[in-house]
Order: sequence, then C-alpha cells, then structure tokens
Amino acid sequence: MNNKQLPIDGKGFLNNPQHRAVFFQIIALIAVILCAFYFANNMFDNIEKRGITTGFSFLDNTAGFGISQTLTDYDDGTSTYFDVFIVGLLNTLLVSILGIIFASILGLLVGIGRLSNNFLISKLSLIYIETFRNIPILLQILFWYNVVLAALPSPRQSMSYLDSVFLNNRGLLIPEPIFESGSGAILISFIIAVTAVFYLTRWSRKRHDKTGEEFPLIKVSLAILILAPTLVYFIAGQPISAVYPELKGFNFRGGLAIIPELLALLFALSIYTATYIAEAVRAGIEAVPKGQKEAAKALGLKDHVILSKVVLPQALRVIIPPVINQFLNLTKNSSLATAIGYPELVTLFSGTTLNQVGQAIEIILMTMAVYLTISIVISLLLNWVNAKMAIKGR
Amino acid sequence: MKVTKLALLVGLTAAIPSLSHADTLQDVMEKDVLNCGVSTGIPGFSAADSKGVWKGIDVDFCRSVASAVLGDASKVKYIPLTAKERFTALQSGEIDLLSRASTWTATRDTSLGLNFAGVNYYDGQGFLISAKLGVKSAKELDGATFCIQAGTTSELNLTDYFTANNMEYKAVTYDTSGQTIDGFKKGRCDAVTSDASQLYGLKLKMDDPSTVIVLPEIISKEPLGPVVRQGDDNWFNVVRWSLFAALEAEELGVTSSNAEAMMKSENPSIKRLLGTSGNAGENLGLKSDWAYQIVKQVGNYSEMFDKNVGKDSPLNIDRGLNKLWNQGGLMYAMPIR
Repeated sequence: MNNKQLPIDGKGFLNNPQHRAVFFQIIALIAVILCAFYFANNMFDNIEKRGITTGFSFLDNTAGFGISQTLTDYDDGTSTYFDVFIVGLLNTLLVSILGIIFASILGLLVGIGRLSNNFLISKLSLIYIETFRNIPILLQILFWYNVVLAALPSPRQSMSYLDSVFLNNRGLLIPEPIFESGSGAILISFIIAVTAVFYLTRWSRKRHDKTGEEFPLIKVSLAILILAPTLVYFIAGQPISAVYPELKGFNFRGGLAIIPELLALLFALSIYTATYIAEAVRAGIEAVPKGQKEAAKALGLKDHVILSKVVLPQALRVIIPPVINQFLNLTKNSSLATAIGYPELVTLFSGTTLNQVGQAIEIILMTMAVYLTISIVISLLLNWVNAKMAIKGR
Repeated sequence: MKVTKLALLVGLTAAIPSLSHADTLQDVMEKDVLNCGVSTGIPGFSAADSKGVWKGIDVDFCRSVASAVLGDASKVKYIPLTAKERFTALQSGEIDLLSRASTWTATRDTSLGLNFAGVNYYDGQGFLISAKLGVKSAKELDGATFCIQAGTTSELNLTDYFTANNMEYKAVTYDTSGQTIDGFKKGRCDAVTSDASQLYGLKLKMDDPSTVIVLPEIISKEPLGPVVRQGDDNWFNVVRWSLFAALEAEELGVTSSNAEAMMKSENPSIKRLLGTSGNAGENLGLKSDWAYQIVKQVGNYSEMFDKNVGKDSPLNIDRGLNKLWNQGGLMYAMPIR
C-alpha cells in the first residue's frame, strides 16, 4: 500500500483534511442541536396548546393514596407526591441492595461449585445456571409471586414460630424492636466494639507478620461484638422491647411485615442475577494460572486457604468488571416489580403518581434521572474497588 | 455556496410547523377509522369476547361516534389501555377518543389538557369481599387489606373513606384489573374496591360467584364518561352530541328496530333528531342522518345499557341513577333544535 500523502492541489478551506474533518463535525453537531431544539419546541408548543399543566409544583400536593410498604413515615391522608417519590426510591434501593447481597453470595457459591471436583455439585450448579439464566426475568418474577402466594396460608391459618414470627400470604411478620431511652448506650457500645475489633485485627496482622504466631482473631472478635452490647443492655436496664404481631380482625397488627411482593421480587432478582455472577466467578477463577494453585498446594496449604488466599484475590480482578454490570442490571430489573405490585419507584411514581397528576414528561424525567444516578454511583463505587484491587506497580 | 445551503437548511427546519392534532374530526374522516381507547377488559364496559369482538357500553359509544362520523359502526380500531396509560394515550394523539370508564374529576378535566364530553354511566365505588368472612357493612372493614388498580380514583376514595371513618387499611396496588382480581383470588387481600359496576363484572370472573358479595355501601360519586383532547371544540361537540343523540332517541322512543319507520314520523322532535328537518348534523360538520346512523347501527341508550350491563346481560345491573330524567334518573339530553 502506498502511504505517501496525495498532494493538496486546491487551496480552498475544505481541501485541508483537518479543516474538513472539523467542519463536518460542526455541521453534524448543529444538525443534532437543531433536531433536539425542534422536538423540544414542538413538545412545549403542544403542551401549551392543550393546556396541560407543567412544572414541578405538583410535588407539594397531597398524594392521598395508600402504599403497601413504606420505609418512611408515610401518611395516606397528608403526605405529598414528593414523599411518594422518596418512598418509591427507598423501596427500589431496598430491593436492589438486598438483591445485590443475596445474588453475590449465591453467585459466588454456585460459581465455585461449578468448578468443584464433586460431580453432583458441579452438575447441579450447571443445571441451575443454565435454567435460570435462560428464562426471562419477568416470567421468573411472576412465577415466584404466584408460588409465594399459593404456598402460603391465609392470615388466620398462619404458620407461626414461638408465637412471635408469623408467615402467611400477607407476608412475613416479625416482632418490631422498640428503642426506649438508654438504647443509645447500646449503640455506642457496639460502635466501640467494632472499633476495638478493627484495631485488634491490625495488631494481630502485624504480630503475625513479625512473629508468625496465629491469634484466634475470629473467636475473640465475635466475643467482643456480642458481649459488649449485651452487657450494656443489661446494665442500662433492658431498654429494648419488642412489639409482637397479633391477629386482630382481618390482619396482624403490630410488628414488622415483609410483604410477599418483596419476597417474590427478591427471590427472582437474586436467583436470576446470581447465574450471571456465578459465570463471572467461574471465568475469574479459571483465569488464575494453574501454576498458582499447584504452587500453593506444593507449599502444603489447605484447599480452602488456597481458594481464599491465593485464587480469589487474583480472580477478583477478572470478576469485578462483569459483576458491576450485573449489579446495575439487577437495579434496573427491579423496575419490573410493577408486574406484581411491589411499590418501587416505577410502580409508585411513574405509575400511580403519573396517572393521578398526568404530567408525564416531568415524572418520567425524574424517574430516569434516579436510575441514571443509581447506576453511575454503583459504577463509580465498584470502579474504585476495582482500582484498589488492580495489580500495582508491576 | 455552502453557507447559503446551510442557511437554507436552518430556515427550513425552523419553518416546519409543529405537529399537532388540531382537527380530529377531519383526521378521523381522512383515516376513515376511529381510534378509540378502551379498557384491557372490564366486562360490560369494554371487553373482547372469545372471538375477539369488542363488546360493552363503552365500546358501543365508540361505535356510536363512528356511525355518526363515518356512517359505519364497524370502522373503529380499539386500543386497549390500562388505567395508567389512558390519559397519556389521548394526550399524545394515539387515540381520538377515550371511552374507558373514566371518572370525571376536576383535576383530570382541568390539568391534563383533556375534556370530558359528558357522562354515559353514573357509578359509585363499592367493595367486593369474600362471603365467608361474614362482613355485612364497609364499616366493619377496619384493618383489612384491599386490592386496587393503580392510577384510579378508587385509590384516592379509599383513603378518604378510611380517614373519615378513622379506620386503618392496607392497599396492594396492581397494574390491570386482571391482576387485581387475581391477587384477590389468591388471598393477597381481603377485599377488592373499584367502581360498583366493575365489581359485578369481577364477581362473574370468580370461579364460583356465590363465594363473594358486593357490600351495599357506595363510598363515592363516579361519573364515567368519554374524554377528548382539549382545544378541539368541533370534535368535542361531535362526541358530546353523539352521547345526547342516544339519550334523546330513548326519550323519543326511537330504537334500532323502528328507526327506519320513524324516518317518516311527523313528530318534530324526532324529525330534528333523525335529520329529516333542521340542520343539527350540518352544524356538527356531519351528514344530516348522523343520529339516525347511531340509533340504527348501535341503538339508543337503553338498548346499549340493557344489552351490555342491564337486564339482558349477565351483569344484570339495575339502571338506578342511569334512568332518564323523567323516570327518576340523572340521564338528561340537551334538546336537539
């Protein structure tokens, strides 16, 4: 191929390739801006012609509808649409965070199980992954919802444990802790215990590096974490009591209720996303050179030590990027909850609120902004973790 | 040269008028089909039967407008919408007319850029509950869990009612009426609340309708009617008077079976209705036989009511408030003259 540049024969502005490139990019940019401007203009024009209300003042209006799960103090009669937005946002975050935790644990276990030498474990893991990865998530959500509802008895025939935990088709009811004065001391003692454990860990690691002596870190830490708050609890005169759920009329009153919609959604999202995480874990582990494991074995390390100290730290570098993606997917998939009536952001805000208020553009923009923000925050967070994990200075 | 071309392009873009549906009547006539928004399945109001044919009192209203405008009741394209989607579909111009058991409220009429053209069914909100719970009145529902469809006035009325009576409740909100009744069947909630007319329909959807009862209390006013976009007065008139024509026909005793004979009637009111005298049709921008086509092809109001929700239907709902004004009801057509 002849790489010699062709001589520039014209002297015009556009005959210079550099100028030409910039020129066409500017034209493209202008075209895009004009297009956007045209659509926006059109939209505002039509909105005005139809007399549709615009602006965000609706957020201060009273919503006036009931929500089945609220993490804040939401009152059906007086709370505003902005409160509804917050309730929806928190419910989305709740199911996403719980889902990410469960999916990660399950994914890690299945991913390791997939590589197990045990025929049964590795094949079961394979079947699990291939089954749940290949069924659309919406179907799985509906499936689990129907299973949860069909399998559980009505409130009057609840399954109960020690008369304090109840399970029925209205949800899982557990005693609700009531914090009286003095319970702050327990929290403080717990924080002190955590700090103590933190410094203890550092001290024991240093000692281990210096002398090679092992310190029973886990046992001692657990003892501190449990004993300190318990001791303070009794010294402060048992300031925490519980309200037990009680069957009154139609339903249980008192206690904390975990609604079946949340259970079903959590099952579906965790089980579905865990399959992808498991594959990422397997890929990561297989990416660790075989020699590393063999060397660790030659040193006489036990299997679980090899996994946790040699293989996983190296595998994590390969695992984290695809797993970030799955966390983001899980968060976004949580909006499918609208199919089973779990009150998350899409159901509550761009569903019910949109219909009551009718301001589609503002509401959809707010909802999109929320998902964008959540996604960007998760990516930034995990990119930071990834940077920490990356091999340094090699 | 380039600069001139660019300027031309900019000029052209700015000159393109913004897209809007200013004249729905003309649009419908040009398309030769009426895009009518209906429900995803409310028995008696709008529901597709086993052969996929849409039936119901709201569907009949779509057909009335199509008869008046296009002269053919079958020239309707039904677009099923959930409660959540309905107003956006109308605002965006996806449908020409929304006939989907929608309650006329101040907010909807004033802030959505929509207009309610009238009332084709006076309804009220009620409760459907399992018979074996032994509840006789809504006042005994303290602490109950309700299944509701999202984005309805029912959600708001429920809060109002329970707040006013100082009772507690829990709401489980679903997207479609199908999911709502499914949740109730599976025991997720103690009761369903919705417009009473819909509850009778839902009752029929139960495996054994005798296991559920509709409580006697009506806790709200639910005037249901057709909706059009605001700012298109011609089309608004056409829709409103299509409704009045069916009521007027009932009042004058014109039915689908005697409409042809009535064309020869000497009664001046009937003559004005059927277009043999006066120019009501012309003023609406329609043919003079617009009302005749409605009655001939779809029927008068009592025929629509009886066939879909009244005595000739499985719902068997009493006409109650929906009787004509001179029979003790609220249905009143403005005079055609």
